[in-house]
Amino acid sequence: MAKKKGFEILDHTADVGIIAYGADLKQAFANAAKGLFSLITDLDDVKEVLHRDAELTATDEESLLVEWLNELIYQFDTEGIIFKRFDIIELDNTRLKARGYGEKVDRSRHKLMMGVKAATYHMLKVERSDGGKVQVLFDI
Amino acid sequence: MAAPWQGILNKIDDYRWEIPTSYKPGMAVPGLIFASESMLTHILGENAFQQVANVAFLPGIVGHSLAMPDIHWGYGFPIGGVAATRVKDGVVSPGGVGFDINCGVRLLRTNLTEAEVKPKIEQLVNELFVNIPSGVGSEGKIRVSEKELSEVAVRGSRWAVEKGYGDAEDVIVTEESGCMKGANPDKVSAKAKKRGIPQLGTLGSGNHFLEVEVVDELYDREAAKAMGIEDLGQVLILIHTGSRGFGHQVCTDYVELLGQAVKKYTISLPDRQLACAPVSSPEGQDYLAAMACAANYAWANRQFILHWVRECFIKVFGKSQPELGMRQIYDVCHNIAKIEEYTVNGKKERLCVHRKGATRAFPAGHPDVPDIYRSLGQPVLIPGDMGRFSYVAVGTEVAMKETFGSTCHGAGRLQSRSAAKRSLRGSDVAKALAERGIIVKAESMASLAEEASEAYKDVSEVVEVTHNAGISRKVARARPMGVVKG
Repeated sequence: MAKKKGFEILDHTADVGIIAYGADLKQAFANAAKGLFSLITDLDDVKEVLHRDAELTATDEESLLVEWLNELIYQFDTEGIIFKRFDIIELDNTRLKARGYGEKVDRSRHKLMMGVKAATYHMLKVERSDGGKVQVLFDI
Repeated sequence: MAAPWQGILNKIDDYRWEIPTSYKPGMAVPGLIFASESMLTHILGENAFQQVANVAFLPGIVGHSLAMPDIHWGYGFPIGGVAATRVKDGVVSPGGVGFDINCGVRLLRTNLTEAEVKPKIEQLVNELFVNIPSGVGSEGKIRVSEKELSEVAVRGSRWAVEKGYGDAEDVIVTEESGCMKGANPDKVSAKAKKRGIPQLGTLGSGNHFLEVEVVDELYDREAAKAMGIEDLGQVLILIHTGSRGFGHQVCTDYVELLGQAVKKYTISLPDRQLACAPVSSPEGQDYLAAMACAANYAWANRQFILHWVRECFIKVFGKSQPELGMRQIYDVCHNIAKIEEYTVNGKKERLCVHRKGATRAFPAGHPDVPDIYRSLGQPVLIPGDMGRFSYVAVGTEVAMKETFGSTCHGAGRLQSRSAAKRSLRGSDVAKALAERGIIVKAESMASLAEEASEAYKDVSEVVEVTHNAGISRKVARARPMGVVKG
């Protein structure tokens, strides 16, 4: 069930985590980002009317995931963009290139449920076994 | 059957439990948890306890890796954690402060009684809800330029007061006088500034709130009176918020940066979120300069909100501020790192005290306690959940000796947000509270369920432990009448 959806919610006392799956690591990264925005609002209400590209480098795959998710949180916080779909164009150990599709918040259609402060390194996992699997905890 | 703690913790007394360094190789000091025996089952059952042990790995840590009774599972540090490191050869960790830098609480007194407020509570909560921006993605009513934002980051509450938001007296009864020294906006990223500008003067979401409450128990009438809490039935107002996206981004940036510093200074850590750098290193100093900016932003933020709260009361009750007696009692921050001096092994030592979900609790006579409270000790403000109580306490000498002048900061979560949402509906929570005479208004119904009483430890139990252990002394208790949630 969780694998079909691409991600599941990880219970944590104060905050919320996501475990995301994919046929490969790229897809798992995309599903983790989708999981993040599903915490913020119901993605069924979000249209794909704009896109934003991200390109970043980091010391390892784990940092790449955290830095990318934090970049998306930043774009939500400053531009009010809710992303609902992602293409991971490139992903290796130190480089990520991705495109996110979504739209700006429209309070008449989007119910914002949760404020996410940041993605953290706590309990962070990036695994290539069984396709791709990642785990990340957000500060709420 | 053996108690769950046996074989893991050493019982010091009924409220103190030690995690010996033998628990996890690499611990530089033992852990010390302040809790009652009945609270231990929950603490041991989640990762919070592991996190206390992990914090004990930090280079230069002295005394104990401490946990207050409201401890719960965080990221890196536990929430309710206190750790002091030597300035000369220890580290500073942004994770030991948290993303919401200077998240804190401000308490106001009024001349109003419950009988006067009750008939107007619904109107009052609506007025507060309308006039104080709250919720996810909310933007402030004030717009600052980037230059002004830098002034806010350096001057904190004072900046807001000079612009006409509140009184000079408010600043005197604010921790650090609402302005932390050493702030340098050049050490704050453009991203943090961009996040911070629109969010100044907003409550935010999550566990942040405004609460109109009524005094329902006095434990120390003399101390209460000095704070302007004269009698049972008196109405108080509690503001809980922090540095919003500005602080979140400062933390995000420096966790990243100090993650690199960990390699540079060959520091070995059990959790990457504990990323740190020597206090005296350029990275450590830069973080402290940026953190002070976020702390000052948060104090200015609570100063703006205080002003709007006063405006709402003036409008609803048709009385002037002096008639309403809306004086600030105190403002504390509970996510911060501060350089303070303590006696360690008989020697005076400058320490970097990380308080992650913990409140400073300085005793009577301490020079950092404002004159009007000098003979009592620093007021400690402990909010509970929206259905139970909040407490006012004062700091003690025991806290100076054992906890680097720290005590608890709130109730502490018991249940995860998703578990709370699975078992409760926001609308039912609001209805149940209304039946008990507590009016709640929230931007998001989902957040109401997440923040329900059932999701929290009983704050009274937490405060009992800190009181009986002697690390703070209770003064008064209040129960909520009206709440605005983000």
